[in-house]
Order: sequence, then structure tokens, then C-alpha cells
Amino acid sequence: MASLQFDLSLPLRDFDLELALDVGRETVALVGPSGSGKTSVLRAVAGLAHPARGSVTCAGDVWFDSERRIDKRPEERSVGFVFQEYALFPHLNVEQNVTFGGGRADRLLWRLRIEHLAHAKPTELSGGERQRVALARALARDPRVLLLDEPMAALDPHTRGRVRAELHDLLRELELPALLVTHDFEDAAALADRVGVLVDGKLRQVGTPAELLGSPADPFVAEFAGANVLLGVAEAGPNGLTSLRLEDGHVVVSTDEARGRAALVLYPWDVSLARTAPDDSALNHLRGEIVSLVQVGNRMRVRLPFLTAEITAASAERLELRPGEQVVASFKATQARLLPAD
Amino acid sequence: MRRVFAALLAVATAISLAFLLLPVAAIFLRVPPGDLIDALGRDVTRDALLVSLKTSAIAHAAVLLIGTPAAYLLARHRFRGRGAVLTLIELPLVLPPAVAGIALFAAFGRNGLLGGELDALGVQIPFTQAAVVLAVAFVESPFYFRGAIAAFEAVDSTLVDAARTLGASPARVFARVALPLAAGGLGAASALALARGLGEFGATLIFAGSLQEVTQTLPLAVYAQFEADFDTALAISALFVIVGALLLVTLKLYGWLRFSSIFRSRFATSTSS
Repeated sequence: MASLQFDLSLPLRDFDLELALDVGRETVALVGPSGSGKTSVLRAVAGLAHPARGSVTCAGDVWFDSERRIDKRPEERSVGFVFQEYALFPHLNVEQNVTFGGGRADRLLWRLRIEHLAHAKPTELSGGERQRVALARALARDPRVLLLDEPMAALDPHTRGRVRAELHDLLRELELPALLVTHDFEDAAALADRVGVLVDGKLRQVGTPAELLGSPADPFVAEFAGANVLLGVAEAGPNGLTSLRLEDGHVVVSTDEARGRAALVLYPWDVSLARTAPDDSALNHLRGEIVSLVQVGNRMRVRLPFLTAEITAASAERLELRPGEQVVASFKATQARLLPAD
Repeated sequence: MRRVFAALLAVATAISLAFLLLPVAAIFLRVPPGDLIDALGRDVTRDALLVSLKTSAIAHAAVLLIGTPAAYLLARHRFRGRGAVLTLIELPLVLPPAVAGIALFAAFGRNGLLGGELDALGVQIPFTQAAVVLAVAFVESPFYFRGAIAAFEAVDSTLVDAARTLGASPARVFARVALPLAAGGLGAASALALARGLGEFGATLIFAGSLQEVTQTLPLAVYAQFEADFDTALAISALFVIVGALLLVTLKLYGWLRFSSIFRSRFATSTSS
């Protein structure tokens, strides 16, 4: 079984990194705010950081074991590491970069469609090209594990989508245990089979992107996954529903059960907007002024004082939405998820 | 008020430039170029040139060979007392050269710290060419260390990490990544150290003496000829100015070439794609 297993305890400056994970032939993304210890996980797996306790095993091969005093050097582990900003050797050309650790470059350069750049220096490449060179270099020694540190962060927004799709295909094709670190939940959801949310060195939740969106373990995970998280006090409502009085005075109803302090979790794409409160099955209608409109591809993110809604750009056009105008945000009680808040 | 201040700056700059350049210019203005070349052909000059070249070459080679790996270790590794080590290395920089000469005597002289051991081996260092080499290496190595440590520290540690994850042993990381990337800084440090070594005077005079054909280097010859034959002293001085100027121009040119080659390669791809 080609898989990567680790159970680490690594003291960092502000907290201890403590997590255990088992990565099969799949891509697992670690997401979290910056400074949550994501990169340190990759460094510990690669042997560039030395945990105080724990173990790292790859396909039955022990790379690190604090009890047996095993700590293989980075050059003795078989990892392909794609560094943040790529860390290409500036004095070597693309081909020399890729073959630095041995192996042949031509097949990989062809697969990543950069064979025409074989003799170019890294300074002459675009961000997307550099990323592909970094991938080719990481894969040239046929590593047993692929580690990717913020592979999308150095790219400008309009190449991001295409590069993400290419990376997705490559990761599926490789069938390697891959550990990817990103601060962007969308990147994680698009690239990974499973996503782990890391906060202050601890894993809050691990699951498929759908599981994280559908049943986030806590308000932080929900917010990180892109949900609106609104705090309030829950009590029994009409018809067996729960009603939640939000901090700004609005009252919403939910099919979830909760009492006392609770967080409303509501995804922007579950919110619809209208000029006047529609007469439909949705029980929640909140009126507010549009703060800002931001178009993301064919979608429009509409920010109201208390929540963000995401509707199609076409609907925003049809409703002629402008900042400063009053709209009604509607969502069903079944879409208003409640989580205990502390 | 603003105009007065601007005038003040201009005057200060003019005085500084005149003060620094006038004596240098005077060397060339005092003696016609033909006489300078004649003076360089004299025995005393030629002997001193040979002694200087030989001792500097040996001392400099030793400093590069031993100093480069040592600088790499000091730049890469954090250990207790590292700050103290770095400060101690720079101590010879602030010592008066005469004190450096006395210190070398105290260490390697007949009655010095290692005098007994050296005597047993039948080795005598003071007032030999070996003493010149030691004196030159002693005063020039801190210059090389300073520049070389800074050059290695400037190499992005992520590149070193990347090389290691690609299976490179520490020796290969040094040879294929650190050394080529620090080459510019190492070259500059080496040039500066070499210039300092060639100009070494005080420590050599005390520890090695000033014996023509044996220990009399060019700076010592300048001093010796100062009273005997001022023109020869001037000619050697002119030689130093020219070598020094060439060294500086080379360093500046190197920096400029590096910059422009990066610029050119970027420009070339953006037009071809």
C-alpha cells in the first residue's frame, strides 16, 4: 500500500503543531489561516523540520520515529516538494533544474508542455510556467510522496483557473499520496479528495469538500469554507422550528435544533435576492442595503451589512443591483444550519 | 535657507573629493610616465614585485581554500557562541598592523606560543618568506570572511532545502547551489582581501622584516625607497593606484554585467514570445 502516515508533535513559536493523518493514493489539502502551521507539516514530512515526538512512515518505510530515534535526512526520503514561490535554482536552466536530482527531463517537460522552455532560465518564465517547472523537478526522481506548498499562491487571478484544472488532472493521473497546503478553500476543494482544516496547529476537521460544506464541525470551519457565520441566541420557535435572534436584532428560523448561544451557518449560494419580499416557501427574509458588488466569473458576490449572497451575474444584471440600494435576502429554514457557539 | 544648505552640501562634497583625489593625482603629476616605467625596471622594484606576487598568491590561495568552507559553515549553522566567533574573526580588522605583527611573533616566534614545537620540527618562521605569507593571510582573511559569510547568508535557504529534497548530499548542495549562487559576493570579497593583502605593511615589517629579494614586498619597498630614491617610491605607488583602480572597475563592471544580463534575457523572451 503506497501511503503516507504521520503523527506529529512539533513545537512552533506560538503553539505546538499536533496532528495525525493517513494519506492514501489521494490528494489531501491542508487549509487554514496563515501561521496555522501548514507549511511546517510539509517540512516535517520532508525531513526539513524535526518533530519533538511522533512518526512519519511512507509505504512501510520509517522516515521518522522519535521513540526509535530514526530521523532520515531529507535526501534519503523520497519526496517531491513544490515550494511556495517554487524555489527554482536561478543559475540553472529549466532542464538543469528538472534533472538536478537525476532522472530524465524530456518526458516530464513534454507532459507538462514546457519542452520548448528547456533552455530558458527561471527569470525568463511566467508564473504558470515556473509552477510547471517546479512540478516537473519535484516529479523527476519518481518520489513516493508529493508535497505542494501553496502551489497557486504565486499566480495571477486569470491564469489561476486554468492552472488549477491542469494540476487537478495531473494529481489524478499520478495516483501518488499528495499533501497540498493552501489558505484558499476553493483551491483545496477543487484539487483535493479530502480537506483538513488546520487552526493553531490542530486539525479541526478532515473530510471531503462536500462533507466540510454540508456538516462543518464548528463555526470556524464553516466560515473558512465560505459560509456566512452569524452569532445569536437560539430558542424554541413556531411549528417545531428553532428561532435565532441575531446580534443585530434580526430573527431567523431554522430546522436545526439549538438552544442558547448558537451560530447561523449560511452559504452565500443558498441566499436569493429580490427587490421586495417574495411570497414563496422561504421563511427568512432579511432587508438590507447593498454594501458592495464583486463579480467572480459568471457569479456576483453581493455584500449586505450582515451577510454575503452569491447570485448569477445575469440575475444581478436583471435586478439592476447597485451599491446603496435596499434588497431582501431570502433563504429557507432548511438552509439555515445552526452550530453551537462558545 | 534652502539655497544656503544646498551650497553647503556642494562645498562639503567638493572638499571631500579634492582631499581624496589630490594626493593620488599628485603621484602621477610629480613624475613623467617615462620615468615611472624606468623606475619599475630597477632591481629593487622587480624583486619586491616578485616577493609580493609570490607571497600574496600563496596567502590568498590558502585564505580562499580554507576560508570558503569555514565561511559556509558559519553562515549556515546557528550554534551557541556563533556571535562571539563572528566578532573574534573580525578582530584583526581593528588591530593596528604593528600589533598584528607582534601577535604573530608571540604565536610563531622562537620564544612564542608554538615556538618550541616549530623549533623541534626545525622550522623557523620570523624573517622568512613564510612569515610574509602568514602576515598577509592574517590581515586579509577577515576581509574575505566578512564578505564570504554575507554572500553565503544571502543564498535563499529554500533553495538549499529544495536541493536536499531532490536528493543532494550536503557536499553537492555546497558545490551545485551555494557556491555558484554566492560566487558574485565571494569574488568581491576575494578581490577586497587580495587588495588588502598586497598593501600589507606593518605586520610584515615587524614579523618578517624588510630584506630585499626575501621579505621586502612592494609596500615595504616604497618605504625603503622613500629616502633612497623618491622616484622609485613614486613609481611603485603609481603601480598600486593603477592596480587598485583596475580592481574597483572590475568589481563595478561585474555588478553591472550581472544586472544587464538578467535584464537582457527578460527583454529577449518578451519580444520573441
